[in-house]
Amino acid sequence: MPDWKIAIIKVVFIWCWTLIVAVIMTWVERRGAAMIQDRLGPNRAGPFGLLQPLADGIKLFTKEDIVPARAQKYLFTLGPVMFALPAFSAYAVMPFGDKITLGGKEIILQISDVSIGILYVVALGSIAVYGMIIGGWSSNNKFSILGGLRSTAQLISYEVPWGLAILAAVMLYGTFSMREVSLAQQGTFLGFLPNWGIFKQPLGFILFIVAAYCEANRVPFDLPEAESEIVAGYHTAYGSMRLGLYLFGEYINLYTLSAIIVTLYFGSWHLPYVDMSTFLGPISYGIATFLVFFLKVAFFLWLFVWVRWTVPRFRYDQVMGLGWKTLIPIGLFNLFITALFIQLSI
Amino acid sequence: MTAESQCRIYPEAINEPEPSGDYVHINIGPSHPAMHGTLRIITTTDGESVINAEPEIGYLHRGVEKLGENLNYTQFIPLTDRLNYCSAAANNVAYEMTVEKLMGLEVPEKAQLIRIILMELARIADHQVCVGILGVDLGAFTPFLYLFIQREEIYEIFEKTNGTRLTNTFGRIGGVDTDLPEDFGPMWNKLRDGIRKANDETDRLLTHNRIFMDRAIGVTPFSAEDALNWGFTGPCLRACGVKRDLRRDEPYYMYDSFQFKIPTGENGDVFDRYMVRMIEMEESVKIIDQAYEMYRQMPEDAPLMARVPKIIKPPAGEVYHAIESPNGELGFFIKSDGTSNPYRIKIRPPCYMIYQAFPELVQGEMIADLIACLSSLNIIAGELDR
Amino acid sequence: MNLERRVRICLESNALSVEETAGDITVTVPAGRLVDSLMALKEHPDLKFDFLSDVIGIDNLDLFRKKKGKGKAAEEEPPEKKVKAPPPPRFEIVYLLLSLESSERLRVKIQVPENDMTVDSVTSIWRAASWPEREIYDLFGINFLGHPDLKRLLMWDGFKGHPLRKDYPLEGKGETRRLVYEQEKIR
Repeated sequence: MPDWKIAIIKVVFIWCWTLIVAVIMTWVERRGAAMIQDRLGPNRAGPFGLLQPLADGIKLFTKEDIVPARAQKYLFTLGPVMFALPAFSAYAVMPFGDKITLGGKEIILQISDVSIGILYVVALGSIAVYGMIIGGWSSNNKFSILGGLRSTAQLISYEVPWGLAILAAVMLYGTFSMREVSLAQQGTFLGFLPNWGIFKQPLGFILFIVAAYCEANRVPFDLPEAESEIVAGYHTAYGSMRLGLYLFGEYINLYTLSAIIVTLYFGSWHLPYVDMSTFLGPISYGIATFLVFFLKVAFFLWLFVWVRWTVPRFRYDQVMGLGWKTLIPIGLFNLFITALFIQLSI
Repeated sequence: MTAESQCRIYPEAINEPEPSGDYVHINIGPSHPAMHGTLRIITTTDGESVINAEPEIGYLHRGVEKLGENLNYTQFIPLTDRLNYCSAAANNVAYEMTVEKLMGLEVPEKAQLIRIILMELARIADHQVCVGILGVDLGAFTPFLYLFIQREEIYEIFEKTNGTRLTNTFGRIGGVDTDLPEDFGPMWNKLRDGIRKANDETDRLLTHNRIFMDRAIGVTPFSAEDALNWGFTGPCLRACGVKRDLRRDEPYYMYDSFQFKIPTGENGDVFDRYMVRMIEMEESVKIIDQAYEMYRQMPEDAPLMARVPKIIKPPAGEVYHAIESPNGELGFFIKSDGTSNPYRIKIRPPCYMIYQAFPELVQGEMIADLIACLSSLNIIAGELDR
Repeated sequence: MNLERRVRICLESNALSVEETAGDITVTVPAGRLVDSLMALKEHPDLKFDFLSDVIGIDNLDLFRKKKGKGKAAEEEPPEKKVKAPPPPRFEIVYLLLSLESSERLRVKIQVPENDMTVDSVTSIWRAASWPEREIYDLFGINFLGHPDLKRLLMWDGFKGHPLRKDYPLEGKGETRRLVYEQEKIR
C-alpha cells in the first residue's frame, strides 16, 4: 500500500474517531452531570439515551439559521468556523498509539510525526481565540462582546503559564515531536516509578492542567460563557448549527487537551511496568496501545466533566490574578528547577 | 463601543442617552438567566466594573392591592400565595393573622402549631431556593439540585396536608382548614435527615470551597446603620450583625416557648447572608421538632378553627401586623370600612425595602458580584411588584 | 408610661389625634409638620422610633361617598367636583414606625387634601422611604418634595392615571403598552 493511501486512511479514521468521541462526550457530560446530581439525565432517545446526541444534532441542523440584523454578516459566519477548525486540525500531530506492522510495513499511529508537533498544537490553540472574539464582536451584542473580551484576556494570560509548563516538559524530553515525547516515557524512573512526565514534572503538570481548564473554557474558568452573568457570552446571538459548531469545537478541544496531557505527562500509550510489545503480536500491539492511550484520555475527559459539576466559577479579576500572580511565577520556578536538574544531569 | 453597537431593543428601555466616555449601559433583564423572575437592572459599566446599577421594577406588577379591595377577606388568601411563591404558607399566615388581629380572633393552639410547622417548612424551602440559586449564579449547579430534592419532599408534606404544593392557600381566617397528615411523623423524620444531609453536602461543596469563599467573602458588604436606614429586615439585616428577629422580638403564637438561635453575621456580605440562611434552616428544623412534640401532646379532637362568623366582616379600623417571613418582615396593613371587602390592603414585602438599596450595594463592584449580590438578597419578583 | 402618653408628650401640639385599634396606636400630625414630628419621634429618648417599616397611601374617596349616603347618583358624578367641597382630605399617608429597642410600633398619619397634593419627603431621615414614596407618587399621584428621584415605580413612565385611587376602575382604562422595536423605526 502506498504511503499516501495509508495517510488518507489514517486521516479519515482519526477524523471520524474525533467526531464520535466529541458526540459521545456530549452524552457523557449530560449523563455524568445527572449522575453527580442525583437525577436521570437524558434517557429517552435510544438505550441509556445514547441517541440523544443524534437528536440534538438533528435539532441543531433543522433550526432556523438566524443572523442578527445588525451583525457583521461575514465575520458572524467566520466565528464558529475559526473556532472549530483549529480544534480538528490539532489531530494532525496527535499520536493515538505506537505503531502497527502490516505486511512488513511499519505504520506509526499518528497522522504525521512533525518535529515541531507541540508548537503546532499551541499555535492552533491560539487561533481558536479568534473564533471567540470574532463571534463575540460580530454579533453586535453587549453580552457577546463582554464574553469575547473575557475569552481573549483569559486565554492570552493563560497561554503564558501553559507555555511555561510545556517549555519545562520540552526541556526535559529534548524534543518537540509528540511521538518522541511518547517514546521517551518508556521504562521506569528512579527504579520504582513509571517513567512518566508527571513524576518528573509534578509542578508542571498542575500548571498545565489548570491552564488547560482555562483554555477549554470550562468551570471554574468558564467566564466567557458564564451563563448567569452574561447570558451565554460570545455565542449569545448564535443559534442552529453555528452554535452547534461552537459547542462541538469545545468538546473537540477537551479531547485535544486530554490527549496532550496524556502525551506529555501520563506516559502516552505505555502501561506502567509492562512492555506490551514483548508479548503481543504486531497488530494486536497497535490496537492495545491505541486502547491504552484512549483509556487515559477518557479519564481526563471524565475529569473535565467531574470538575465542571463540582466547583463554582471564578470572578474575572480572580482569574487574571491567579494567572499572572500565581501561575506564571510557579511556571518560572518550575522552569528553573527543571533546568537545574538537567544541568546536574539526573 | 460605538453608537451602532448598542443593543437597544425598546426605545424607552433606557431613558438617558448612552453615557459618554468609557461607560456603557448594559441592560440586564427582565429576561436574563440570572434575573429570577422579571427583575431588570440597568447597569452603567466601565469594562467589568459597575459604575451605577439602577433596578427597574414593575414587570410582575399584577395590582394585587387593587384586586384585594374588590375581593372579600377570604378570597384574598390565594392572592397572597403569589407574593413570595417560594414560601407561600408564610404569606398566607401573615395575612390571616392580620385579619384575625383586626377581628380580635384567638386562633386555637393546635391550629397555631400547625401554622408554625408549615411556616417553618416554608422557611426551609425558601432558604433552600435562595442558597441553591446563589450557587447556580456562582457557577455551582450541583448543590442546587441536592437542595431541591429535599424541597420536593417538603412539597410532598404540603401536598398531603392540603393538596397543594407551591401555592398553598393554606389556612383560613380564624384557624386552619386541615390537620397535619397522619403520617407526618415518619415523613418529617425522613425529611429532617434529608435536609441535614443536603445542607451538609452544600456545606462541603460551597461553604468550605476556596473559590466560593473568594467569590462571597467581602463582596458587597453593608454596615448595620446603613441596613437599618434602608429598612433591611430578615436574614439580610441579621447578616449585617443586627440581632433582630420578629419571632423573638415581637413573639407571635408560641415562638417564645421554643428554643432556637438567631444567627448573625458581621459584615453583611454575600457570605454572611448565605451563612445566616444555612444556619436558619437548621434552627427551623429544631423549631419544627419542638412544635411537633407539642402538637402530639394535643388531644386529637382539639379545635382547628376559632368561632368565625360565616361572612367575615371585621369592624372598621386600621391594623398592621408583621411576621418574620423567610425574607424578613412581611407585614399586611388593612384598612377596613366595616364591609365584607377590605377598604385598602397594603403589603409590606421584605425584599422591596432591601432591593431599593441595591445601587448602593453594588456600586464599584464587578458584574459577577452584582449577580452574586442579587441572588444572596433573595429578591422575589412576586412580592416585589405585587 | 404607656405609649400613647409618651407620644403625646413628645409631639405636644403636633399630635392632632391619637387613636387605638386592636392595640395599635395611630397618631395624626399636620402634613406641614411631618418631618419635624418624625424627627422628634426618632430622637426622643423615651420613644426612639428609629426604623421606618413602610409608607402607605390611602384614598378615602369611597368613605366620603358612604358617609354622605348619596348612593349611586354620587358615584356617577365626576369625583373632582365632589371632593372640593368637604373638609376631610381625600388622601392619607401612613408612616409605620418601629422602635428597635422596645419593639413598639407606631403609625403616624398625615392627611393630604386633593387641592394640595404635595408632601415633604422623609427620605432625608430614612432612605427606606425612597421606593414607598415613589410608589405612592405612582399609584396615588401625591408629590413628595425633596425626594431625590421621584418617578414612577411600578407602572411604566408613559402611564396616565393613578391605579390605586378609588375612582380608577378595576379593569383599567384601556391603557396598552406597545413595545416598539427600534428596528421597526429604522425601516
